[in-house]
Amino acid sequence: MARRAGVILAVVVIAFAYSLPLYMSGFRLFQFTQVCIYAIALMGLNLLTGYNGQFSLGHGAFYAIGAYISAIMMDQWNIPYGWTIPTAGVLCLIVGFLFGRPALRLEGLYLALATFSLALSVPQILKYFEHWTGGSQGLVLSKPKAPWGLKMTEDQWLYLLTLTVTVLMFVFAANLVRSRVGRAMVAIRDNHIAAETMGVDSALYKSLTFGVSAAYTGVAGALSAIAIAYVAPDSFNVFLSVTFLIGIVIGGLASVWGNVLGAMFIQFVPNFAQDISKAAPWAIFGIFLIGFMYAMPYGIAGGIKRIWISHVLSRVSQKQGGEAVSTTQAQSPSR
Amino acid sequence: MDTFIQQVLSGLATGGIYASLALALVMIYQATDVVNFAQGEMAMFATYLAWTFMNAGMSYWTAFLLTLTIAFVGGVVIQRVVIRPVENKPILTIVIVTLGLLVILNSMAGWIWTYLQKPFPSPFPREPIRMGTVVLGTHDMGEIAVTLVMLALLFLFFRFTPLGLAMRAAAQNPLSSRLAGIRVSWMLALGWGLAATFGAVAGIMVAPILTLDPNMMGGIQIYAFAAATLGGFGSPVGAVVGGFLVGVVENLVGTYVSFIGTELKLTVALAMIIVVLLVKPSGLFGRTHVRRV
Repeated sequence: MARRAGVILAVVVIAFAYSLPLYMSGFRLFQFTQVCIYAIALMGLNLLTGYNGQFSLGHGAFYAIGAYISAIMMDQWNIPYGWTIPTAGVLCLIVGFLFGRPALRLEGLYLALATFSLALSVPQILKYFEHWTGGSQGLVLSKPKAPWGLKMTEDQWLYLLTLTVTVLMFVFAANLVRSRVGRAMVAIRDNHIAAETMGVDSALYKSLTFGVSAAYTGVAGALSAIAIAYVAPDSFNVFLSVTFLIGIVIGGLASVWGNVLGAMFIQFVPNFAQDISKAAPWAIFGIFLIGFMYAMPYGIAGGIKRIWISHVLSRVSQKQGGEAVSTTQAQSPSR
Repeated sequence: MDTFIQQVLSGLATGGIYASLALALVMIYQATDVVNFAQGEMAMFATYLAWTFMNAGMSYWTAFLLTLTIAFVGGVVIQRVVIRPVENKPILTIVIVTLGLLVILNSMAGWIWTYLQKPFPSPFPREPIRMGTVVLGTHDMGEIAVTLVMLALLFLFFRFTPLGLAMRAAAQNPLSSRLAGIRVSWMLALGWGLAATFGAVAGIMVAPILTLDPNMMGGIQIYAFAAATLGGFGSPVGAVVGGFLVGVVENLVGTYVSFIGTELKLTVALAMIIVVLLVKPSGLFGRTHVRRV
């Protein structure tokens, strides 16, 4: 029953999301495009960290790779933007899979270290390949226009495109985590030795998860390059990777729709906080990060789930309690 | 040959900074199995305090000592207030909390002192030392000296004082130490305090070279990670040797391998970390832990 309710809720939310361009336009709508993009990236990181239990403090790197693949394809070879999205996804899948192979040997903290260092060195690497990446100047692109003669502004078209990609990728992820593969991922996270004795190929699944996770984040990166129409190395610094981590922690580890909440958080909270000071968003992010770890380690989604479960449990126990009373009553006359 | 010697010596100088910060990381790791991602930012914050004191008219060494004291107290407080509640939680939780600390300290520094770069004085004379054709920066030599003095003090503290012994015991076997009457939790807090002090020294020593700004320690921290990984996270001696090695390698690679130069320096550290982790994850001086299933 809960599952059907979830599906209905998801359909309502998606329908509402598709109707957004009717109420808003311009910058507001662009912000929601950003939310969709972040949501995809968070979904990718969550598959890896939340479901598979592997740290990554360097997912900004895959986001950067996706963004630059898309930007370079459009800028250097004039390839239509539509093709750059799947290309970024596939290439990031391969890069992620290859990175996941050595990462197999690194557990917990060491993986965190390696990926954190990766995140720190991304801007330098991007600046180094100046010929393709345009160095610290970055690459300026042009925003795509609505195709097929649709009467839409660029922002509206971008929003609908991003939203569609997001919906597709979320449906895929939701099915993935409920499938055999998803169960294997979770089993490895919870106890990889037990999982291996049950016949789960831990090495394969771990590097595959790394690949899929990178692919999601890469697609998000490509979409962001298209939406912002500009890429520059310094926007892919270590704080981007930390932002993603904040998103999944706030939204909820090992949750699918929690990523949407996380994405809204990292998109809108800095906007409100920016009025106080340039530094305020990060101070608030940091406080939320630590506060959530103390109070709600499974994020908003996990918190809601817990309330729901305790609600159902109390109803079930009431019901059982009632039955128990009635059976004793039924038995009493015979005594 | 002269260039070579000069590069090695200035490599040792920066290596001293990496060694101090790596030592801070290792000190916390040994006691609690946690890598403190905020170590660099704590150092940066302390350096800003030193800058403020000096601007308020204090002499260099007064400000230096005052900063170290505050850093020590700050480290203890951070452990007590922020880290202790999650002490027994999974690693992911603790890593996230230290990352939270990182962004808070970074943004607070930006908030209080702005993101503009600030020049930071060096306590050592300006004139370089000349030995034949090799020219040595006085600040470089001073850095090495300060690092070595700190190391000697730390060694004496751990080797010859009852408190040092208690701290080592608490790190090695918390349960037995508690039975022997050592307040283990406070020993961990002292460890954080000492680590923060070491970080502060690293920050103050590197600030004259890099000029002070809130993101100053990002690169240094990655090198300290590399140093600690190379030496082995479980070994203080390893961290120091690792620090000096990383400093020298960084300088030599930057000088002699033309395609790297100064532009890919951080990537060199990244490559070092990954190679060490793949080839010998326990580092040069670390021991491999065997775990029962």
